[in-house]
Amino acid sequence: MKLNFNYDGNIACRTILQEQFERLDIKYLLLDLGQIEIVDDVSEERLAELQNNLDKYGIQIVNNPKGKLIQKIKDAIIEIVYEKDKFPNVNISQYLADKLNFRYGYITNVFSEYTHTSIENFIIIQKIERAKKLIIQEELTLTEISHELNYSSVAHLSTQFKKVTGLTPSMFKRIIGRRRELSNND
Amino acid sequence: MITHQDSMHILLADDDEDDRTFFNEALQELKMNNKLTLFKDGKELMDYLEQPDIKLPHVLFLDLNMPGKTGIDCLKEIRANVRFKEVSIAIYSTSSSEKDIEDTFIEGANIYIKKPNDFSKLKEIIKEVVNMNWQFHTSGLNIETFFFSI
Repeated sequence: MKLNFNYDGNIACRTILQEQFERLDIKYLLLDLGQIEIVDDVSEERLAELQNNLDKYGIQIVNNPKGKLIQKIKDAIIEIVYEKDKFPNVNISQYLADKLNFRYGYITNVFSEYTHTSIENFIIIQKIERAKKLIIQEELTLTEISHELNYSSVAHLSTQFKKVTGLTPSMFKRIIGRRRELSNND
Repeated sequence: MITHQDSMHILLADDDEDDRTFFNEALQELKMNNKLTLFKDGKELMDYLEQPDIKLPHVLFLDLNMPGKTGIDCLKEIRANVRFKEVSIAIYSTSSSEKDIEDTFIEGANIYIKKPNDFSKLKEIIKEVVNMNWQFHTSGLNIETFFFSI
């Protein structure tokens, strides 16, 4: 039997962190954007143990200030892409500058220097990632998906999809379908 | 588990010596730190991957037409092993037919490169591929739906 899952990476990640903090009995406060405040002092050894437990989930404690800023930028963008209803007609550069309390010029420079891509490109990659998830779920038509992701038309979505993947949305869907058939036949 | 420190670990299997040298040159022009390990054919690559203690690469480039084990043979073997599920696989080929591209992705490749004729174009492509792959590894994107045909 094969099951399909629909999941929210953010919720999953938050739950893993909560469980791991509780397991080591470290008192914490959950803040937004992937931050956790540790209430008491925690020894280096305990932090190392925490990191060790988190390794298998692919979660890393970020220690340098620029690394922290980049994670916040990424989280803020992902929030906008996944919950657009919360941000009607948002101007992303202004939003990021206000939210992170830095000039947008500084934010884009730090981002490109460390991630080897631009904020604009990162937003496109995240939108196409969400488009892929929606295509696979098969609940929305391509037109509905293009609305959901704030594209002016299906053609615009398809063009950007092709730019990021080299494939049309229908080729993508066919490949995923054939891969599933193959693994079901194993 | 692949770790995402600042260095990108790359493997290349290609039987053509000029192609290997050239690939290496293209990578050295990248701003990103990277470590390249080269293999002369599919068998040498698979022998290496079978060792239990190796550090898994972020991306593996396979030439489609190699004597002995072809790129597709390697692709199938690697995808049959869950240990390598986080490794992205790039195939490069001289074919640009839609069917070949689709079939390669269905077998589990993530990246399909149509080999261009001139070196400077190939250099650009390698840079673009390595960059896109890095985004997948560092931004929590799903490797199972990662396709990039160029």
